[in-house]
Amino acid sequence: MTTRKRDSEETDPAGGEAPADDLRLLRALRAGDEAGFVALLDRYQPSLVRLALMYVGDRAVADEVVQETWLGVLQGLEGFRAESSLKTWIFRILSNRAKTHARREDRSVPFSSLPEPHADSAELAVDPDRFSPRDQLRSGHWAYPPRHWDKTPEEIALSRETSALLEEAVASLPLRQREVITLRDIEGLTADEVCDVLGITASNQRVLLHRARSRVRRALERYLDGGAGPA
Amino acid sequence: MMTFGGLTCREVVELVTEYLEGTLAPPERARFEAHLAVCPDCPVYLEQMRQTIRALGMLPEESVAPEARQELLRVFRDWKRG
Repeated sequence: MTTRKRDSEETDPAGGEAPADDLRLLRALRAGDEAGFVALLDRYQPSLVRLALMYVGDRAVADEVVQETWLGVLQGLEGFRAESSLKTWIFRILSNRAKTHARREDRSVPFSSLPEPHADSAELAVDPDRFSPRDQLRSGHWAYPPRHWDKTPEEIALSRETSALLEEAVASLPLRQREVITLRDIEGLTADEVCDVLGITASNQRVLLHRARSRVRRALERYLDGGAGPA
Repeated sequence: MMTFGGLTCREVVELVTEYLEGTLAPPERARFEAHLAVCPDCPVYLEQMRQTIRALGMLPEESVAPEARQELLRVFRDWKRG
C-alpha cells in the first residue's frame, strides 16, 4: 500500500512538478518518446483513476474515462501552450471528459449545471447546538467542546474502517465541494492549481474547501468521539 | 458577552480554513491567534482539522491494473503511428 505524505494545508511551494520538467516531458512526448509517456502515465494514472471515480462511481467507466483522457492529452499536445502546468491541463481534460460521461449515463450525481442546494446560503462548520446560546454569559463559546482524538492521521488513513469513512464522507459531499477537497487534500494540488483545473475563483475555492473539510471533520468526529456533542 | 481575542468560538470555527490558507488579513489573523492563545477548546478544533486534512492526504492510492497500462501503451503507439 502506498501513501502520499504531505502537509497540504501549508502554503505550497511551486506545487508539484517544476515547469522545466513539464517542458522536458512535453518535448519527449511530441517526439513520440514512449519512455516519456510511461513516466507521465506512472505519475498521474492513480490520481486520474481516483478523480474519474469521483464523477462516475463505476470503476470500469472510470477506466474508460481515464483512457479517453490520455487520448485527449496526446491529441492536444500540439496545441498545449504551457499556460497552465501539464498536470492541471491533464486533470482539466479528465474532469471535462468525466462530466460528459456522467451526463451521458444520466447518473443521479448532482452536476454544477444544476443549482446546488445550499450553494450560497450559510452552511455552518459546526452544529450550532455545540455552542452556548445567545442569552448566556458564554454565548458563542463551546458548550460541548471538541475533545482530543487519540488517533494520528496515519492511523486514521490506514485503518480500514476510518479510511472507508473518509472516502464515504467525501463521496457524499455536493459535487463542487467533492471536486475541491479531492484535488486539494487527497491529491495535494495547490489552491492555484485547483482553481486552474476547475475554473473557479480563489475565494470560491476557499468557501468550497471550508465546507468540505468541515463536513469531513464532523463525520470523523461522530465516529471517533460520538459523545462530544449534545445528547 | 465574553470573548477571547474579540472572537467567539463560533466565529473561530468559520475562520479556520482561511487561517490555514494564510488568507486572513493581518488584524483578523492577530485576533484569531489571540483567541487560540486563551481558549481551551479551539486549539483542539484546529488540531482536528489538521488531522482530518493530513489523513485525507494519506489515503491509499487507487490501484492501476496492468491491463489498463498495456491498453494505454497501445493507445500511445496507435497515436504515434498517426
